[in-house]
Amino acid sequence: MAGKPILHYFNGRGRMECIRWLLAAAGVEFEEKFIEKPEDLDKLKNDGSLMFQQVPMVEIDGMKLVQTRAILNYIATKYNLYGKDMKERALIDMYSEGVADLGEMIMHLPLCPPAEKDAKLTLIREKTTNRYLPAFENVLKSHGQDYLVGNKLSRADIHLVELLYYVEELDPSLLANFPLLKALKARVSNLPAVKKFLQPGSQRKPPTDEKKIEEARKAFKF
Amino acid sequence: VGKPKLHYFNGRGRMECILWLLAAAGVEFEEKFIEQPEDLDKLKNDGSLMFQQVPMVEIDGIKLVQTRAILNYVATKYNLYGKDMKERALIDMYSEGVADLGEMILLLPLCPPDQKDAKIAQIKQSTTNRYLPAFEKVLKSHGQDYLVGNKLSKADIHLVELLYLVEELDPSLLANFPLLKGLKARVSNLPAVKKFLQPGSQRKPPMDEKTLEEAKRIFRIK
Repeated sequence: MAGKPILHYFNGRGRMECIRWLLAAAGVEFEEKFIEKPEDLDKLKNDGSLMFQQVPMVEIDGMKLVQTRAILNYIATKYNLYGKDMKERALIDMYSEGVADLGEMIMHLPLCPPAEKDAKLTLIREKTTNRYLPAFENVLKSHGQDYLVGNKLSRADIHLVELLYYVEELDPSLLANFPLLKALKARVSNLPAVKKFLQPGSQRKPPTDEKKIEEARKAFKF
Repeated sequence: VGKPKLHYFNGRGRMECILWLLAAAGVEFEEKFIEQPEDLDKLKNDGSLMFQQVPMVEIDGIKLVQTRAILNYVATKYNLYGKDMKERALIDMYSEGVADLGEMILLLPLCPPDQKDAKIAQIKQSTTNRYLPAFEKVLKSHGQDYLVGNKLSKADIHLVELLYLVEELDPSLLANFPLLKGLKARVSNLPAVKKFLQPGSQRKPPMDEKTLEEAKRIFRIK
C-alpha cells in the first residue's frame, strides 16, 4: 500500500478542513503540500493532476481525487466511519449534507461584501438556532445514544462537531439551548485522535481572517 | 413497501436528477406536488422534513431529504454505484463535477436580468473548457462504453442528463465531443431511459417564467 495521503490546498481551512478533521479523527497521518503562489496551482493544472482544474485534491491509494465529497466518502468508507449498511449510510448522508449546508454559509462569510455582512450573519444565526441545531438535537434526543447513527462514531458526528466549533467561534451563546449537542461535542473532542488534533501544533487550521482572504484574492485572482 | 414517493413542486429544480436516476433504474415512483405554500407548511409541521426543505423522498420507510443522500441511497439500492470503494470514488468525483456545472445552470433563472448574459457566457466557457473536456478525456482514456468499470452507473446517468441541459442551452456546445455524444446516444437508447425521454413521462420541461413565479410563491423566495 502507498504512503500517507497527500493533501493539496492553500494553507487555510476552506474546503479542505473537513477532510483534515475526518482523517485526523480516523487516526490517519497525512502530508500537506501547500499552494502558496499562482504558479503552484498552475503546475498542478498542467500536470493533469486536477480533473476539474480545482483543489482540494488528495493523493490517496494511487488516485488523485478531487471534489470534497468524493474524498470524504472514500475516507469514510475506508476507515469504517460510514455506517454498517445502506440505511445507516442514508441517515449519515442526510445529516452530513445538512451540516455542509450550514457550513457553506459560514465558510462564505469572509467573502461577503461588507454592506451585506450583517444581514448574512443574522441569517446564519437564525438558521443555526431555528433549523440546524434543533434538527440534530432532536436526532440525539430520539434515541438517547452517544452518536448520531447506529450507536457508533461516524463521519456525521465528526462533521457536526467540527461545525459546532465554528458555531462557537461565531457566537458561543448559539449553543446554549442544545445540551445533547454540547455533550456530543465534548465526547467526540475527548476521543484520543480528536483530542490530539484539537491541540496547538496539529494540522488544524485557524479561522480565516480578512487579511488572508485579501491575499488569496490577489494571488489567485478571484 | 410501495413505490418511492417524491415530494416537490411540479418542476425540475433539485428533484429532477432523482427522477432521472429512478427512471434509469427502471423504478416506478409517485409524485406529490407542492402547489401552495400551505402544502409545504403541512410537510414542515408534520415533521417530515428534517431541515424544513424539499426534495423529500419517502422510500423503504425513511423520509429522506438532501439530494445527495437520496441519490446515494437509490444508486446503492439499484447497483448503480460501482463494485467497490475505488469505483465509488471515481463515480463520486465525476458526479460532483456534473453537479457543479448543473448547479450553475439550475440557478440561471434566478439570476438578475442585468447579469444574465455574463452568467450564460461563463457557463458556456466552463462547459467547453473545463467540464466536457474532462469527461471526454475519461471516455477516451479507456475507450469503454461507460465512465466507470465498463458498466452503467449513476455517473453516466447524471452526465447524460447534464448533456441534455447543455444541449438546451446551446447545441453547438457539444460539437467537439464525439465520445460524449456517443454516451448520450447510448444511454438514451437504454429501454428505461428511452421511455423516460418520451412525451408523457414524469420528466419535467425547462423552467419557464410561469413555473419560476410559482416556485417563488410556494417557497416564498423574493
